[in-house]
Order: sequence, then C-alpha cells, then structure tokens
Amino acid sequence: MPESVVVDVNVNGVAYQREIEPRLLLVEFLREEIGLTGTHIGCDTSYCGACTVTLNGRLVKSCTCLAVQADGGEVCTVEGLEQNGELHPLQEAFSEHHGLQCGYCTPGMLMASKSLLEENPSPSREEIRKGIAGNLCRCTGYVNIIKAIDAAAVKMQGV
Amino acid sequence: MRYETPETTRDAAALLAAEKGEAYILAGGTDLLVRMKAGLLEPDLLVDIKQVPAMNGIQQTAAGFRIGAAVPAVELGEHRALGRTWPGVVEAAKLIGSDQVQGRCTIAGNLCNASPAADTVPALMAAGAKAVVVGPERRRTVPVEKLPRGPGTMALAKSEVVEAILLPQRPAKSGDAYLRFIPRTEMDIAVVGAAVNLTLERGVVKTARIALGAVAPTAVLVPRAARAIIGTRLDDAALEKMAAACSAACNPIDDKRGTIAYRVKVAGVLARRAACIAYERAGGKR
Ligand SMILES: Cc1cc2nc3c(=O)[nH]c(=O)nc-3n(C[C@H](O)[C@H](O)[C@H](O)COP(=O)(O)OP(=O)(O)OC[C@H]3O[C@@H](n4cnc5c(N)ncnc54)[C@H](O)[C@@H]3O)c2cc1C
Ligand code: FES
Ligand code: FES
Repeated sequence: MPESVVVDVNVNGVAYQREIEPRLLLVEFLREEIGLTGTHIGCDTSYCGACTVTLNGRLVKSCTCLAVQADGGEVCTVEGLEQNGELHPLQEAFSEHHGLQCGYCTPGMLMASKSLLEENPSPSREEIRKGIAGNLCRCTGYVNIIKAIDAAAVKMQGV
Repeated sequence: MRYETPETTRDAAALLAAEKGEAYILAGGTDLLVRMKAGLLEPDLLVDIKQVPAMNGIQQTAAGFRIGAAVPAVELGEHRALGRTWPGVVEAAKLIGSDQVQGRCTIAGNLCNASPAADTVPALMAAGAKAVVVGPERRRTVPVEKLPRGPGTMALAKSEVVEAILLPQRPAKSGDAYLRFIPRTEMDIAVVGAAVNLTLERGVVKTARIALGAVAPTAVLVPRAARAIIGTRLDDAALEKMAAACSAACNPIDDKRGTIAYRVKVAGVLARRAACIAYERAGGKR
C-alpha cells in the first residue's frame, strides 16, 4: 500500500484539505481531488504549458510538481482570474482579439501572461514572446495571443 | 512511494543511506518528475530538500557566493551582486526552460542530473565553482568538473547530497559569459554550449578557464583553449587558436539536433563569441 499524506492547499483563496498519495501531481490534485478542471493536461513531457498555475506567486507547470510540494502553499488557477462575475482584462482581450481557437492552451497562456504582466506591466512584443515561451499553442500561430496580451497590458495600465 | 522533507542536509543524506529501494533527492523536480511521468523510474523514496535552511538562499561571503542547492534559477536572476560578479553563470541559469521551469529548477539539480547538455555546468566549470557535498558521515568540497562522470552518472555516493554551490570571489577586471546554440530561440536542448571566464591585467588576459557543453559525454574544461588566450589581448590569431583547441576537444554524438562535424565547428565559433563577451565584460577593448 502506498502511504498517504494529508495536505492543506489554498487554491484561489479557498482552503482545501485532502488525504492523498505522495505520488499525486499537483495538476491531478486540482482536477481530480478538488474538481477544478480549468487547468489542462496537454502533454506528458512537461513541454506544453497547458497546466501552468502559480504556486506561492511563482509560475509552475502543475504536471511537474507534486501536490505534496504545495502543502501549506497558495495556488492560483485560471478559475481564480474572474472576480465577482467580471472577466480579467486578459480574458477579455483573448476573447476580443481571437487569442484562442480550440482553447486548450488558453488557461496556461492566461496564467503565464498574467504573471508576465505582474513582473513587467508594459512588455515589448519580444518580451511577450519570451514570457509565453513555455506555452505551446497548436491552433493560433501565436499572433493573436501576442496581440491580446499587448492589448490587455495597455488596458491594465489605464492608457 | 514515501515522501520526506528533512530539515538538515545530514538528515537528507541519512534518509538516502537508510532506504533499501530506489531513493532520490527532489529539488525542483523538473528532470526527476519528467522521468517519473515517463515511467523511466519509480522511486520508493523522494527526499525533498526545499525545507532545509542550509540549502536555501544565496549568501555573499568573503570567499564569494554560496548558492543553496534548493534555490530556484529565478532567484539567481534576482540577485544583483551575483549578476554583477558572475553574469555568465546567471545567464546560463536563465536559459533553463521557460519562466515556469525557472521558478522551480536549481543549478545543483542541473549538475546532479548529469546531462552532457546541461546549460549551467560549463558556466560553473569555467567559473571554478565547487560543490559542497554532504554524506551521513562526512562533508567534502569538490570542484564541479570532478563530479559528472558520463550521461546520467555522477561521482557521488548513493547517500551523498549536494548542499550548495560555491562561486569564488574575483579580482577586478574579470568577466564571464555563456552561450548556447539551439535550433529554436527558446526551450530546447543545447547543441553546443560554451563558457569563458577570464581576468585581465592591463588589457592582457592573465587567467582564463573555458568549458564546453553537449560535445562530449560530460561538460568539459578545455585547458588548451584557455592557454591559447592567456597572455594575449584576444587578437584574432589567439581566438583562432582557442577555437581550434575547442573543436579538437569535442567528442560529440550525431543526433537530430546536430551532426558531429557541425557540433565540432560550432563549438569553436561559440567559444570565440563567448570569449569576446567575457573580455568586454572584464573591461577589455579589442
Ligand atoms: C520544459 C523543460 C525545459 C528544460 N530546459 C532546459 C534547458 O534549457 N537547459 C537545461 O540545462 N536543462 C533544461 N531542462 C532540464 C531541467 O530543468 C534542468 O536540468 C534543471 O536544472 C534540473 O533541476 P531540478 O532542481 O529541477 O532537478 P531535479 O529534477 O529535482 O533533480 C534532477 C536530478 O538531480 C538529483 N539531485 C537534485 N538535487 C540534488 C542535490 N542537491 N544533491 C544530489 N542530487 C540531487 C535528483 O535526484 C535527480 O536525479 C528543462 C526541463 C524541462 C521540463
Ligand atoms: S501538461 Fe504539458 S507541460 Fe504540463
Ligand atoms: S487555441 Fe488551440 S491550442 Fe491554443
């Protein structure tokens, strides 16, 4: 029998306690243990970035992190972007500028670009490209994603 | 699988020593978890080192810098004094994967994973970095170039843990640089990596260390390349000789990222460019 451990993880401001196997990945914890399926699994090589969330303020690929490593920590997922029924400016910009087609990569793209804009509120197109280098999109060709992030940056700066 | 979070390095080593099955240190997990997901290994015990105070934080001491083995790459980029003193080491760490990977991965993990293409290893070798290695009984300080033995194998006992990486203090007029070549602009494995570290005296190279990655079973120091530029102002003839020594030191593989002939050629070219950057960072003018 694999051992099980109790973990406490705060996800989008809500405290969750679960008894899990140490082998459980954070992405499996989010999707299967607490039912937040906005975070996607797009690969098994840790390359695609669809599973991107933040853990204690830092971007991580939740498929490349154990749930036990998030014990006592704070996780933000795509579900936490919307506030009081209002979409996040990035979500609005992705919708407006066609930054998604099938939408599979979008949760990870949104989390990576949110973190980018927190670090660098007015990134150049080059900096945007670098900011989403860990996220793959098989549909859009990235052009509209970059446009959307750029537009959201302008809007969030209030200019 | 058991998961442990010891609070001292010695306890971490003792846990490894006591485990009968397969036991691994877990740092950032960006290599280990990928291999576990691929079914390449199934540990009985993971020893997470993130809770060990001696393995966290970057300290500046009289001897130089001490970078804890659990420090993620992103923190190297945020440390001003480290970036000023060892820009080449920091730029190598900032090349690992993307922001998501850098938030987790460590340079000690990059070293211990023992990939011939690991980006920080040539930069650490060129810098003269040392690893603080702790076992259940004793602790030793080992030059980084003495640790990798071949792809995936390290000169470490089963119960030995790297506690920190030490970078020396350096004289004024010093500079280092790391360049890698990959087919894409981001998120790929080095075809060749080249690191150069040098100190100048009145514009003349007084000391130098040059290391290459991805061109042999481990990253390698190339003393002959360093000798080719020592005593010069990095003139074209010296660079030519250095590039030839780098190419001669290569013993690479043929793969989809680059043929043997290509890697051998690119090693010289990259080392040349890295040397020029290091020279400029040291305040030299060619
Ligand atoms: C998407 C992606 C992109 C990547 N891009 C790059 C890249 O551009 N360049 C590059 O060089 N690498 C790259 N890597 C590989 C990996 O991120 C690096 O090698 C990283 O530095 C590993 O560090 P870690 O802390 O995550 O190691 P872990 O995965 O935690 O550990 C790696 C190995 O070292 C052992 N180990 C770790 N720490 C210690 C210690 N203190 N003492 C003893 N043993 C230890 C572990 O047991 C394990 O066997 C990439 C990986 C991914 C998933
Ligand atoms: S699912 Fe692809 S990187 Fe995590
Ligand atoms: S919108 Fe389909 S993968 Fe990006």
